[in-house]
Amino acid sequence: MSTLTDLTLAQARDKLKSREISSRELTEAHIVAMEDARDLNAFITETPEHALTMADAADARIKDEQNGDKIGPIEGIPVAIKDLYCTEGVQTTAASHILEGFKPQYESTVTANMWKAGGVMLGKTNLDEFAMGSSNETSYFGNVISPWRRTDDNAGQIVPGGSSGGSASAVAARIAIAATGTDTGGSIRQPASFVGIVGMKPTYGRCSRWGIVAFASSLDQPGPMTRTVRDSAILLQAMAGHDPKDSTSVNQPLPDFEAALTGDIKGLKIGIPREYRMDGMASEIDDLWKQGVKWLEDAGATCVEISLPHTKYALPAYYIVAPAEASSNLARYDGVRYGLRVDGDSLEEMYEATRGEGFGDEVQRRVLIGTYVLSAGYYDAYYLKAQKVRTRIAEDFRNAFEQVDAILTPTAPSAAFAAGEKGDDPIAMYLNDIFTVPASMAGLPGISVPAGLSADGLPLGLQVLGNAFDEETVFRVGSVLEQAAAFDARPAKWWGDKS
Amino acid sequence: MSDTVKAPEPQLIQGATGDWEIVLGLEIHAQVVSNAKLFSGAATEFGAEPNTQVSLVDAAMPGMLPVINEVVVEQAVRTGLGLKAQINNYSVFDRKNYFYPDLPQGYQISQFSQPIVGEGIVHVELADGSVREVGVERLHLEQDAGKSVHDLHPQQTYVDLNRSGVALMEIVSKPDMRSAEEAAAYVRKIRSILRYLGTCDGNMEQGSMRADVNVSVRKPGDDLGTRAEIKNVNSLRFIQQAIDYEAQRQVDIIEDGGAIKQETRLFDAGSGTTRAMRSKEEAHDYRYFPDPDLLPLEFDDAFVARIKADLPELPDDKMDRFQAELGLSHYDAGVLVAEREIADYFEVVANGRDAKIAANWVSGNLFGLLNKDGTAITDSPVTAEQLGGLLDLMADGTISGKIAKDVFEDMFATGKDAATIVDEKGLKQVSDTGAIETMVDEVMAANQDKVEEYRGGKDKLMGFFVGQVMKASKGQANPGVVNQILKNKLSG
Amino acid sequence: MSLDKATVAGIAHLARIKVDDDRLETMVGELNNILGWIEQLDEVDTDGVAPMTSVADMDAPQRQDIVNDGDCRDRVLANAPAAADGFFGVPKVIE
Ligand SMILES: [Mg+2]
Ligand SMILES: [Zn+2]
Repeated sequence: MSTLTDLTLAQARDKLKSREISSRELTEAHIVAMEDARDLNAFITETPEHALTMADAADARIKDEQNGDKIGPIEGIPVAIKDLYCTEGVQTTAASHILEGFKPQYESTVTANMWKAGGVMLGKTNLDEFAMGSSNETSYFGNVISPWRRTDDNAGQIVPGGSSGGSASAVAARIAIAATGTDTGGSIRQPASFVGIVGMKPTYGRCSRWGIVAFASSLDQPGPMTRTVRDSAILLQAMAGHDPKDSTSVNQPLPDFEAALTGDIKGLKIGIPREYRMDGMASEIDDLWKQGVKWLEDAGATCVEISLPHTKYALPAYYIVAPAEASSNLARYDGVRYGLRVDGDSLEEMYEATRGEGFGDEVQRRVLIGTYVLSAGYYDAYYLKAQKVRTRIAEDFRNAFEQVDAILTPTAPSAAFAAGEKGDDPIAMYLNDIFTVPASMAGLPGISVPAGLSADGLPLGLQVLGNAFDEETVFRVGSVLEQAAAFDARPAKWWGDKS
Repeated sequence: MSDTVKAPEPQLIQGATGDWEIVLGLEIHAQVVSNAKLFSGAATEFGAEPNTQVSLVDAAMPGMLPVINEVVVEQAVRTGLGLKAQINNYSVFDRKNYFYPDLPQGYQISQFSQPIVGEGIVHVELADGSVREVGVERLHLEQDAGKSVHDLHPQQTYVDLNRSGVALMEIVSKPDMRSAEEAAAYVRKIRSILRYLGTCDGNMEQGSMRADVNVSVRKPGDDLGTRAEIKNVNSLRFIQQAIDYEAQRQVDIIEDGGAIKQETRLFDAGSGTTRAMRSKEEAHDYRYFPDPDLLPLEFDDAFVARIKADLPELPDDKMDRFQAELGLSHYDAGVLVAEREIADYFEVVANGRDAKIAANWVSGNLFGLLNKDGTAITDSPVTAEQLGGLLDLMADGTISGKIAKDVFEDMFATGKDAATIVDEKGLKQVSDTGAIETMVDEVMAANQDKVEEYRGGKDKLMGFFVGQVMKASKGQANPGVVNQILKNKLSG
Repeated sequence: MSLDKATVAGIAHLARIKVDDDRLETMVGELNNILGWIEQLDEVDTDGVAPMTSVADMDAPQRQDIVNDGDCRDRVLANAPAAADGFFGVPKVIE
């Protein structure tokens, strides 16, 4: 069985297509792995019956293929869905008490696309509450644990990063072949880096946001989390596409992402941004970055130093824009139409009690910050200022992409840390996203590729950023890095049935 | 307008300390005529069962997103052109954040700093013929809220989201009005323009048009006073009542040494008074910011030009034309252009006929019967074509004006054509000179004394003879022919 | 600038979040810490810079005026904590 859960998406796809394996057996193997890995707390809701029904339907379609039935690009592949995507009839919580028990009467566009493409849903993965966090420690349903442990600490629990920590752990622990994440300031790329998998944030507008619980509307973007770059390309193909129900969804033809993986980056110019070399950054991160430069140059690319002068301001600007939008997006959780209601003697008491109990600390913190920066007298100083800084950040990238085809940076300033390690300092936690946030602010695509291990044996990722709607270059450069790095470390199994 | 603009007299309130001037500004919320809502595909029809015209977007389910309705954009531009206002090719949708159960998103999508329509102007005519120019500050698009029902359950307020997300145009006036009469006339004029344009049905009872009235008072020549905003007043009469009450209340407070609080007040139709709202009392901080789910709304000049080319003739222009080209009096023209349906009706009647006669029949006989019946002109049992047919029978001498009135009443009651009724009842006017000569002879024979008097110089008796002959003909004799024959015979 | 407890309580009320008094104290420190850190944005010269209004460089898409949604009361009310007679129910509001 273990070999079935080791298959990459591309491998499983080919074996399913040739009918060497069935989706049912593939799915069953992953259900076993899911149930075996409950120690990781990667799932909020497991949907095994759902999965088997979908798997059987996929098998039927594969069997019928010779009769002319079309099979989808991810036909029969068991995937996990971040519990921020609304799934029809299946509890969707955003990892918040306020949405506990909520069963959407609709399916998000991205998951609907995936089911149309033949995907099989294993369950809904845990995340930071409303996707607000970088360590998956803010979920109402408990922390997610990384399958990784430090070499010198056999018992210490490591965070998987966040906010797509459940999806990250599930893919890294081989519970799901692939998973969906959402990335607002790094929530796909940073956890991917922490657990040694590939995480891809497409260009803003590439995937529909319809049916995904909103955190910060101008930043949120769904994307794939997989174990290889090829799998990432395949899954994004199944997720993306124009959606008339999302006004910010871009009506542009979808390139063939997998076809972009030519392995050839000869002549490409890669920018190395000076400002990403931060004071106090671990030397192993800097070393890995330099290694990355060498790998790309060895493959025929030219690496040039570039300047993104406003880099350091991206994070503080983000912590105005994202909470501001969130404070408004989360106003709908008021105990009236769905989710938690805590009774009160008056309407106002009902609102305040519901939201006081329903939202956890970090969500409350951000809603309050967001409320404050939009409030009368402060709007110009905070929100408007941040949006102007954002224009500056986007200009930096625009200028850079006039000179280069892609940009290489570390994904995160450190390897994963232990649970509780940064618990009481919000800013220390926010700094996790220092390398991922700038591209988010500019809406640009980026990928994190596992590239090495830290001194204490935890994965480290490198990030490739691309120009708007040039995911192809991002994938191509990412896959060259992947090949050069040949990252094949995997976490020793300490959870569940250890056999 | 072509008339010389005569500014109206301000309505002054005599206080203990002298005269006070009322200053009024209005925010009119007009429901945009469209099939579907502003940002969702749910229906907008009035009167449906609760929550049956609600999409998941309108109910603000998690992850739902707005997409704008193109017709609503056109309607807003059309309205802006009708108000002779600046059309902004670039506008932005903002979120106005506050909590209320009939506001599912926790914010209203509206336009704040960059509305779709900017400044415009409206001419408002008062009963005495004076004209006030009222400035329009802006027009913006926004979502309507749902409805809270407070009286269906002892402990609960019920929420119906059918209206939630219906497109509204908020038309904000400048503080240019100085009397309750002007405010009512302004609303009437806006309503008329919107109905001409087909952008709002103007139905105040159903809430398709509501006004927020900003009232302040000041000593003439002073700076603007502190205003109170009276929310959601939904009839012209209530608007006037609310203003009269509120202005007096403010004068009383100030003269008693008090100060006016800037606040939101509710009009109570039962008592004709206003009172401060109990909820929403705390200072509002709406935290407006551009809605990140929507992109700025942009269109080019060609789009505006296309809408402009399709605009109907508006009441002011129609008024000018009715006077200049059709020779109607200012008063008649004003009555006929007030409602688009009336003007349309009139124009069909007047087409190819004497416009003044057509105007008299429409605003006299037709309105008389419609009012008596409480029927709208759109439901008139006599169509404009039918009324035209009646006027034709008069014009060609088939019936007299007197008979025509009777025929018209018959038409109104039965819906039959004038010609049919004239035929059926044998009301055709007698112009046959032989028959009339016989009647004249008979009348003269029966009134020999009067014939002598007439011939002795008492010309005035002509009317008597005509009356007698008409009576003998049961009104069907052609009065012109009767006159001619009488004149000949009497002088002979 | 620095937020005091009353201001934070006011913000919490504006956001309709009940924050217990002891947590309010902690919150004041945390928010001030975050806002202090954010103030480094003052270093950026943004004179004449337009604020970013949308990431996507495209025109707002528009829908046709067609009724193709709604009429799904059961789905709308399916998750309501207190629905009755086809309405959502909330504690009585006095205007
Ligand atoms: Mg208003
Ligand atoms: Zn309004």
